[in-house]
Amino acid sequence: MNRTVLDLWVGLFVAIGVAAVLFLALKVGNLASANIGETYRLQANFDNIGGLKPRAPVKSSGVVVGRVTEITFDPNLYVAVVKMDVDKRYSFPRDTFATILTSGLLGEQYVGFEVGGDTEMLQAGATITKTQSAVVLEKLISQFMFNKAAESPTAPAQ
Amino acid sequence: MIAQVLRSMGARAVDGIWRLGFISRFFVALLMRSGTSFTRFSLTIREVFSTGVLSLIIITVSGFFVGLVLGLQGYETLQRYGSSEALGILVALSLVRELGPVVAGLLFASRAGSALTAEIGLMKTTEQLKAMDMMAVDPIARVVAPRFWGGVISMPLLAALFSTMGVFGAWFIGVVFIGVDDGAFWSQMQASVDFRYDIVNGIIKSVVFGFAVSLIAVFEGYDSAPTAEGVSRAITRTVVNSALTILALDFVLTSFMFRGIG
Repeated sequence: MNRTVLDLWVGLFVAIGVAAVLFLALKVGNLASANIGETYRLQANFDNIGGLKPRAPVKSSGVVVGRVTEITFDPNLYVAVVKMDVDKRYSFPRDTFATILTSGLLGEQYVGFEVGGDTEMLQAGATITKTQSAVVLEKLISQFMFNKAAESPTAPAQ
Repeated sequence: MIAQVLRSMGARAVDGIWRLGFISRFFVALLMRSGTSFTRFSLTIREVFSTGVLSLIIITVSGFFVGLVLGLQGYETLQRYGSSEALGILVALSLVRELGPVVAGLLFASRAGSALTAEIGLMKTTEQLKAMDMMAVDPIARVVAPRFWGGVISMPLLAALFSTMGVFGAWFIGVVFIGVDDGAFWSQMQASVDFRYDIVNGIIKSVVFGFAVSLIAVFEGYDSAPTAEGVSRAITRTVVNSALTILALDFVLTSFMFRGIG
């Protein structure tokens, strides 16, 4: 085959391949918006993180403002330490409430920030003191069952 | 009787280890003589054409159909749990992480790898390689290395194309035919596919498979017995060994890459 035709085909092939990688990166992986620019580190202690995983989103009012980067266990306080990278554009008051929430009934878990009214802002490296653990479905169900069991002896007796 | 069984097992083990050593030495020799493939890049471009461009149709068509099937089956299962919008996540993650590199690698081994083996094996049978040696042209540098690098360059591009066509196929069946919401399909996919963890790892896999398949293909060709039967056996070995190597490597790479990541 002619040299120039060959080069043309190979060039076309490489262009298609690169376009496929770009498609994967931008349209499938959403590289453009997943990349949060500059961030600062916040930390929060939870009694129970449920199924929270690294890379889970941090949301405030439903908008993604950061990502969970690391989850460790503190052996002195017996709590889970969740480290988060939050976008530099957003700062939160010191009495912000961090809650572990679930999107939908079976969806992924994320950290939700509910903003308080303090005038001072959380600085980089600060620890959020007001936290609420993940809701553990088994505990909820067993509480409900115990309540029902406590009520029930009176009902059938009448 | 038992001694005979043991002896044949031993012979196989020794033979296997010997071949492993031989292919390693061959790989080192190949790398050391790869200079020509890059200084005379037109040699490599010719091989990118025959391994990559000519595999385009099979990769595109099979990627599209794999996407169609994934879309249909995924929808069938997901809609039982009322989460058919998660179709995008299911398809994108399974294609980018696993199916793209692996199936593209298997197709590449049978479409391009077998052709490489046949070509080099036939050159050996007709003593073209020896003739080159006589003319002081190094057959590894002139014939084997460009084919190897051509395969290495083509494979990741083909795998990316396969994944892309698969996502497009799933979109086609899910959104256009079944009626999954278009916005939810893409936004859920984008929210859970991570560039670093999913896409880059998939590309790394396809590069590794490209090296493995190309090396096995050129080695089996170069090592084939110089007869018609020998070449046909070498081609069979290329396809079988490449497939097994891809699957084994895939397991090893997956267990390193996706450990403890949700």
